[in-house]
Amino acid sequence: MSAPEASVQVSFKNRAKTALADRTLKIAIDRTTGTAEAKRAVAVAAFPEFQDARARGRAIKDHVIAYLDHYLEQFERNATASGAKVHWASDDAEARAIITRICLDAKARLVTRSKSMLGEEIGLPHALADAGIERVETDLAEHIIQLAGEAPSHIVWPAMHRTREQVAELFKIAHHPPPAADDPATMVQSARRELRAKFLGADIGISGSNFLVADTGATCTVTNEGNAELTTTPPRIHIVTAGIEKIVPTTAHALSLLRLLVRSATGGELTQYTTFHCGPKRPGDADGPEEMHIVLVDNGRTRMLANEFREMLRCIRCGACMNHCVVYRQIGGHAYGGTYPGPMGSVLTPVLNGLAGSRDLPNACTMNGRCAEVCPVEIPIPTLLRAWRIRSWRERLEPGSLRAGIGVWAVLARRPGLYRLASRIGVRAIRLFGKGGWITRLPLAGGWTAHRDLPRPTGRTFMDQYRAQQADKGDRP
Amino acid sequence: MSGQPNPRVGLFVTCLVDAIRPSIGFSAIQLLEEAGCRVEVPQAQTCCGQPALNSGDEKDAAALARQTIAAFEGFDYIVLPSGSCAGTIVHGYPNLLANDPVWAPRAQAMAAKTHEITSFLVDVMGFHTKGRRLEATATYHDSCAGLRELGIAAQPRALLAEVEGLEMRGLEGNDVCCGFGGTFCVKYSDISNAIVTEKAEAIERTEADLLLAGDLGCLMNMAGKLNRRSARTRCFHTIEVLAGRAGGPAIGEEG
Ligand code: SF4
Repeated sequence: MSAPEASVQVSFKNRAKTALADRTLKIAIDRTTGTAEAKRAVAVAAFPEFQDARARGRAIKDHVIAYLDHYLEQFERNATASGAKVHWASDDAEARAIITRICLDAKARLVTRSKSMLGEEIGLPHALADAGIERVETDLAEHIIQLAGEAPSHIVWPAMHRTREQVAELFKIAHHPPPAADDPATMVQSARRELRAKFLGADIGISGSNFLVADTGATCTVTNEGNAELTTTPPRIHIVTAGIEKIVPTTAHALSLLRLLVRSATGGELTQYTTFHCGPKRPGDADGPEEMHIVLVDNGRTRMLANEFREMLRCIRCGACMNHCVVYRQIGGHAYGGTYPGPMGSVLTPVLNGLAGSRDLPNACTMNGRCAEVCPVEIPIPTLLRAWRIRSWRERLEPGSLRAGIGVWAVLARRPGLYRLASRIGVRAIRLFGKGGWITRLPLAGGWTAHRDLPRPTGRTFMDQYRAQQADKGDRP
Repeated sequence: MSGQPNPRVGLFVTCLVDAIRPSIGFSAIQLLEEAGCRVEVPQAQTCCGQPALNSGDEKDAAALARQTIAAFEGFDYIVLPSGSCAGTIVHGYPNLLANDPVWAPRAQAMAAKTHEITSFLVDVMGFHTKGRRLEATATYHDSCAGLRELGIAAQPRALLAEVEGLEMRGLEGNDVCCGFGGTFCVKYSDISNAIVTEKAEAIERTEADLLLAGDLGCLMNMAGKLNRRSARTRCFHTIEVLAGRAGGPAIGEEG
């Protein structure tokens, strides 16, 4: 991966702290996730079969994951028959190499790209820059973060960390001429003017794919801006990058999942643009690319097939888990330090970047379960985060102080008599640190008392009081 | 509904209630007895094992699971005044011990008869709150584990609705985590603080006299934040109100 491994661990807490201090960021996060949450709730309420659709979505994904090799081969045969060239990349480096080679062979100078998280995962933006190829992002939000030199902070709204006001400032500097006003319509118009000129001059268009349809060999892209169509149609060459888990058996299955994806992501019923690309331009076609390349990327996915994170392969990248996550809603996407933020990112980043550098991510979660509750393909995210914690414990990546603390506690908890005694002493000791009902400062509990008071234990432990009561009762005839 | 009119119930007090607020344990005994149960408090209980389980320490978590099962499996029912600890026994234990041929069936049998107290009172015992009066306004926070792992939402509300004079007020974001998360709140205390601050703001907006919830961990977090903010909201465990103990000191008030 492009991100240096150690940075994720060393600075997660610091990045979170910086994010927490940024009030504008919080306003931006609340606007987007709040709207997404409300709209999703309305969409789900208006779709009485939602739970059945979820179960079906999950079943479709489980089926293709179980027969992944079969469907991938079928896809390759059909895509090849339609005239596309299928490439296999086992990791991010191989994917970057394949794509840059296609670009260099075609002597491409200008590449347009429509938003794709896989592209981010494999480090495509940097790879193109290193190869001296100009890249133009055609998705509005990607355009914003490209101008700002930032990474996406959300998998559906990459620029959600920026308020409309901040975007207006950015466009004023970067657009020529600058937008005449800062209402959304004028800003979008301005971006469109900047981008349209590039669309038509691009040598290559690169897109992601939401679904790979095995029985037709088609790749399906959904957007709300229509930018994918303008990225994939005018240039001479179209490159699709897709994770191998994007496969579905038929178009009907893609549409079943699409119903879940759109409702979960934006609360809409259908995306504005849903396009199936089936091979390059054929004789008689009005438009389309002359060459179509499909790069199928593994990058850790077959490893997940065989381990405890297999269920994560069901993910359809809707973003609902992060929109409903209390942690994400406080710190935003950049604090996570990986390509994918939020709950799903906390499962995936250790797969992609290694656990040693990202062990904070599965730990920085209250296990409240809301992500799993809204996930359209029923991924048990908290269970998967716990699986990382178990690995982290086994591999001794947890801080020594925590291990020692849990060790002492476990010794006591496994000996009820000793535990009683320790509780009795502990309660008495803790009571010394407060007057009245509250403790405002307690040694070794600074994480608690830095931000909140601790209710002072009310007196003797329950067990002591209960035993005394029972003894009283026993004394009575 | 249970076949037996007077089931033998093992009360798992939970470690927080034992140490910080025994009144919740006594409320549980009182309500269970009012519902017709014969209540016992096994002395071999300590902690359900969540700190180990959530830290990834499966070995110690499994050892505590076995110890807890051995202490409680003889009862008709096991009841806890905490959705979070009940969830650990109901879902955590069978998973932890799934590959142990001796303990897996025992964990499952134990899980099948373990309940959080308000759901036990309503769903199993068909209990109704009778003769309780409390002139107050209150709001209720749904603790996450109880809500999502055990489906506890209607039961506490049904019991509270039967308390005369008590006016319940809706809480915005009632089903959103308060930021406690066990060790999370000290390991990631800045993030936890941001979450509980929002929760406290929502609670204060209700202008209710009381905040009620079913888990002492979450209550300590919210009450501690409310107090730090000098809010006037008084915090109780749901069953303290149901047992008629809301006349006494709230969490953080001196007895
Ligand atoms: S994990 Fe589930 S909720 Fe999160 S992005 Fe993937 S499909 Fe959506």
